[in-house]
Amino acid sequence: MTGLGAGPGGRPLFGSNPSFSDLVAGSGPDAPGSPPPIQSHPEQPVATFSHGTTVLALKYADGVIMAGDRRAVEGFTIADERIEKVFPADEHSAVAIAGAAGQATEIVRLFQTELEHYEKVEGERLSMEGKANRLAQMIRGNFPMALQGLVVVPLFGGFDERRAEGRLFRYDVTGGRWEEADYHSTGSGSLHARGTLKKGWRRGLDRGAAVQLAVEALYDASQEDVATGGPNPLRGIYPSVKAMTAAGVEIVPEDEVRAAFQTIVGETHEGVRGGGSQAKEDLD
Amino acid sequence: MSFQPYVPPEQLMKDRSEYARKGISRGKSVVALEYADGLLFLAENPSSTLHKISEIYDRIAFAGVGKYSEFEDLRISGVRLADLRGYSYGREDVTAKTLANAYSQALSAIFTTQMKPYEVEILVGQVGDRPEENELFHILFDGSVADEKGFVGMGGRSDELTGHLRDSYRAGESLEEAVRLAAKALADTEDRPIDAPKLEAAVLDRTRGRRKFRRLDDSEVADVLSSSSVEGGKP
Repeated sequence: MTGLGAGPGGRPLFGSNPSFSDLVAGSGPDAPGSPPPIQSHPEQPVATFSHGTTVLALKYADGVIMAGDRRAVEGFTIADERIEKVFPADEHSAVAIAGAAGQATEIVRLFQTELEHYEKVEGERLSMEGKANRLAQMIRGNFPMALQGLVVVPLFGGFDERRAEGRLFRYDVTGGRWEEADYHSTGSGSLHARGTLKKGWRRGLDRGAAVQLAVEALYDASQEDVATGGPNPLRGIYPSVKAMTAAGVEIVPEDEVRAAFQTIVGETHEGVRGGGSQAKEDLD
Repeated sequence: MSFQPYVPPEQLMKDRSEYARKGISRGKSVVALEYADGLLFLAENPSSTLHKISEIYDRIAFAGVGKYSEFEDLRISGVRLADLRGYSYGREDVTAKTLANAYSQALSAIFTTQMKPYEVEILVGQVGDRPEENELFHILFDGSVADEKGFVGMGGRSDELTGHLRDSYRAGESLEEAVRLAAKALADTEDRPIDAPKLEAAVLDRTRGRRKFRRLDDSEVADVLSSSSVEGGKP
């Protein structure tokens, strides 16, 4: 660094760095959050680890809805049926993750601390743009791990207090960052979920319709993708849904999610909705 | 080769203490006191952006008097320490005691080894789940720490301020009552009225969610104070 040089204790003499991840990175090789480098053996597959699957986000009248299924898989085994993939990042934004579960939750934890740290040091919150860029840099930092198979691809969304509107960002593995105008999904079942979102999304959806669409998209993904968990009424497992509005991040109550699922069940029973059942073949 | 005249260590320390005290006495005061739901911090501060009172962690707050650049430096170091601890271990492992010790060590080292001591006094407060678990650490420019109960006044005329607080403080009061009491103690010490926009107020409120720290805005303080006007001087 050029300029005024370093003050006592190695701190810059001009301005304090409000970044927590820089602080963690600078506190030595044993610092928490710095994963040990993995030796790559291309001929051997990396040890099995948990994968989170489908998450999605869509804009609606009051802000952004974010939802994720609850399943994590290790190969063909279900590692967890109740995992959480949608996390509040701060009071007005949330991040949803798909990919290597361990790596992803660690990135989320670092990101949450990063935002809070900035807010405390600077005395005000980062802008929505600032948060989205910061997350992009963290995903880019994970790129060497992604090459080893530990891919993490998040969605970031929230209510932009300065613009007074919901905003939504998608990422790729290299830390590429794009703002979406309407909806997006990521993870193994994302293609199927996105199809449903594409057909159902309208500008200015109300909350009920937005939750219904999110649950339908996840349900459709779970019907096509083995790694995506569907609703499980037997064990009381439903997708986690969060809404980001001017009032902050709100967990959409399970009752509402269950009701949305009941609507799907009703429509399937009545035959209004296709359930993938086969036509009876005449064997005579 | 230059020779430095011999100065006895007693004299050296005395000079430094005097220097620090003088610097601190030029600044405005801060009051902290326990009320029914947690801890209240109140300071006279004409600026609404350069804070004397700040959040450090979930249930920990910081207040400083004296030279702004120096207690701001200490505050940022505290936030760094707390966030790093909480991230490496667990959120409940970050305590006011850890921070008070770190501040004490740092200030003591600065006092004895640096050219000039820091002209600051700081306060580290932590709200507990129950009133008896509240903690208030008062740390002086030379690194000495006092574990306080009930109330603390610090700044230039801390003796007078503490005297006023001692006379009027009662445990378990409402927030409104606590704000009035603290504002009156500040005004009485300064012998002049202090109106709401010049007061900086914040609480650690145990009834809140994870982050207990909350700033009271000017209108909230004004509302509380208008129900009984705070006049300077003795009644």
